[in-house]
Amino acid sequence: MQNPERTTDRLVRALGVASAGLGVPMLVRTDAVARFAGVDDDAGAPLVIQAVGARELVHAALLLLGPHRTVWTRVAGDAMDLAVLGRALADRKGERRARATAATAAVAAITAADVWVASRTLREQHGRGRPGPLQLHASVTVQQEPQEVYRFWRDFENLPTFMLHLRSVTEHGDGRSRWEANAPLRRSVSWDAELTGDEPGRRISWKSLPGSRVANAGTVHFAPAPGDRGTEVKVVLHYDVPGGRAGRLVAKLLGEEPEQQVRDDLRRFKQVMETGRVVRSDGLPSGADARHQVAQRPAQPVKSERASNHR
Amino acid sequence: MRALCWEAPAKVGVHTVPDPTLLDSRDAIVKVTSTAICGSDLHLYDGYVPSVEPGDVLGHEFMGEVVELGSEVTNLRVGDRVVVPFPIACGQCRSCKRGLTSICENSNPNAGLAEKIMGHSPCGIFGYSHMTGGYAGGQAEYVRVPFADVGPLPVPDDMTDEQVLFLTDILPTGYMGADLCGIEPGDVVAVWGAGPVGYFAIQSAYLLGASKVIAIDRIPERLKLVEKLGAHAVDYEQTTVLEELRELTGGRGPDHCIEAVGMEAHTDITAIHVYDKAKQLTKSQTERPQAVREAVLSVANGGTVSITGVYGGFMDKFPIGSVMNRSVTIKAGQCHVHRYLRPLLEHIRRGDIDTTSVISHRLPLEEAPKGYDLFKKKKDGCTKVVLTPGG
Repeated sequence: MQNPERTTDRLVRALGVASAGLGVPMLVRTDAVARFAGVDDDAGAPLVIQAVGARELVHAALLLLGPHRTVWTRVAGDAMDLAVLGRALADRKGERRARATAATAAVAAITAADVWVASRTLREQHGRGRPGPLQLHASVTVQQEPQEVYRFWRDFENLPTFMLHLRSVTEHGDGRSRWEANAPLRRSVSWDAELTGDEPGRRISWKSLPGSRVANAGTVHFAPAPGDRGTEVKVVLHYDVPGGRAGRLVAKLLGEEPEQQVRDDLRRFKQVMETGRVVRSDGLPSGADARHQVAQRPAQPVKSERASNHR
Repeated sequence: MRALCWEAPAKVGVHTVPDPTLLDSRDAIVKVTSTAICGSDLHLYDGYVPSVEPGDVLGHEFMGEVVELGSEVTNLRVGDRVVVPFPIACGQCRSCKRGLTSICENSNPNAGLAEKIMGHSPCGIFGYSHMTGGYAGGQAEYVRVPFADVGPLPVPDDMTDEQVLFLTDILPTGYMGADLCGIEPGDVVAVWGAGPVGYFAIQSAYLLGASKVIAIDRIPERLKLVEKLGAHAVDYEQTTVLEELRELTGGRGPDHCIEAVGMEAHTDITAIHVYDKAKQLTKSQTERPQAVREAVLSVANGGTVSITGVYGGFMDKFPIGSVMNRSVTIKAGQCHVHRYLRPLLEHIRRGDIDTTSVISHRLPLEEAPKGYDLFKKKKDGCTKVVLTPGG
């Protein structure tokens, strides 16, 4: 499947490489750059060019190693460069003016590219509250017959045992159900959903009812793994992330890495199907629900060295 | 209870921590009677394994008495004396059903973390970083043992702790290292690292039919120990390993090489050591892989390199050309301890395998930090440390 965010990633990283490609000559061949830009008559120009070169290297580091939105620092840098070149243009004539014009045109073109890539980062998803459709998918193989796996999932009330963000699902019996999820600050958010597809042993689909605070739809496919090695379970979830507060709520629900969260949910599903439980590590607070999984850690030293409690 | 906790690189301490409790009906609580410091604990100790946090209880070689049982564990009784395999295995996933318990698909609740580094996750392991589950370890008075109906094996009363303790890890690990080679009569086997795992790999190689075993190390106590097993000891600081192995095998190279060193290999070739160490310290590689490089270059054409030493992530300058052009097979894995437990218990009982000579230090749990220091620096002739809680 074509992933637009992968393209954005490559563009941002490419601009990072380009930043380094621009910055290095400015630092090591300052005079040549000054001649190229038609400002070799100005005693202060080398210093300005070197400063810009150093800044380009900072852009390079940010774009190559940092998050995508750092590409906006390039846009800001472009604005500075255009302002400086504009002043240089104003008091130059003849050959130098021609070169300064060419340099300005080049920077303008670079600016256009930077703005285009920067605008793409606005449309990125990752559950960070950016409005728009968001599709998540994950797969897992479970050592059970497709019918068994289907039957467990079809009882939506089972879903909170392995889905991290769900608190409860209540089925009304007419294909409709009420879903309650954990929201920040121990609050919850709920919505109603209806069954939109049900092929025993093969597929289940559901969709939130119009007007839900969390507009979402999901499908889970069950297929026998080759060689009689259990059931391949494939989940596709769609969220419609609204803007504003509601969007932030959905983002919170999906976590920093929504795709990872779905994979973890499916891993817990596999644990439940194969071992009958969600596997727990030490140092967990009480309660077997999936929510506590994130808080797990092994036994830690206590501050006051108190005696053992019961042996 | 008292437990050995990791505090910072090269710093561990014995602290009072909360007692473990049953979290699941398939759990058991084991009162530890003997536990050992593993060579792989030293990788955690030194801070080379990612996702170890201050306060984590270490230790994956431990045995003891069952003191509490979840309702679903019907094959054990309170009071049973058990050895506990270091890999935690559910017994129900496809990997477990195939006997590959160290890649159990369900026992690592932090599998997502491991996937990011390794692509897919191995099993959960006691006291071995959060990447392998964040389970509290066994260098403590008590341990919670998950899936207790699958892992712990009751041991006969007439066998001492020291006879059977190493069934939890290093004996089956060494055995699997040899087992993976597919040794045939007449084969020459070389073992890198004559530490405890190497020690057992050598005995296993002989058990499986090797005609000659060569052990490579530099610690005199270790070399002396393996010479007693009949192995030809090579001190790599006194010779060039590749040339020496060629000489010892009529130019062919060993038929199989077992690597029992792992990510902190030393080498007498200073330039390579400095290169690896610098890259490891700057986190641009996680390993110092000189032993595995040497094993690959040494092995005979068509031979096997079996990796039992622990690696955490990525290495540089791997001689892939040697592997590809010379039909070298590489086998590796954390040990699937469960499948080896019963046969190896029999071998110990029959006296085929010596499990106690390798122990050089016996310390109370309270002195565990001293044990780490001795084992790390190989001071005072240290070859293996066994700890006794409450002692």
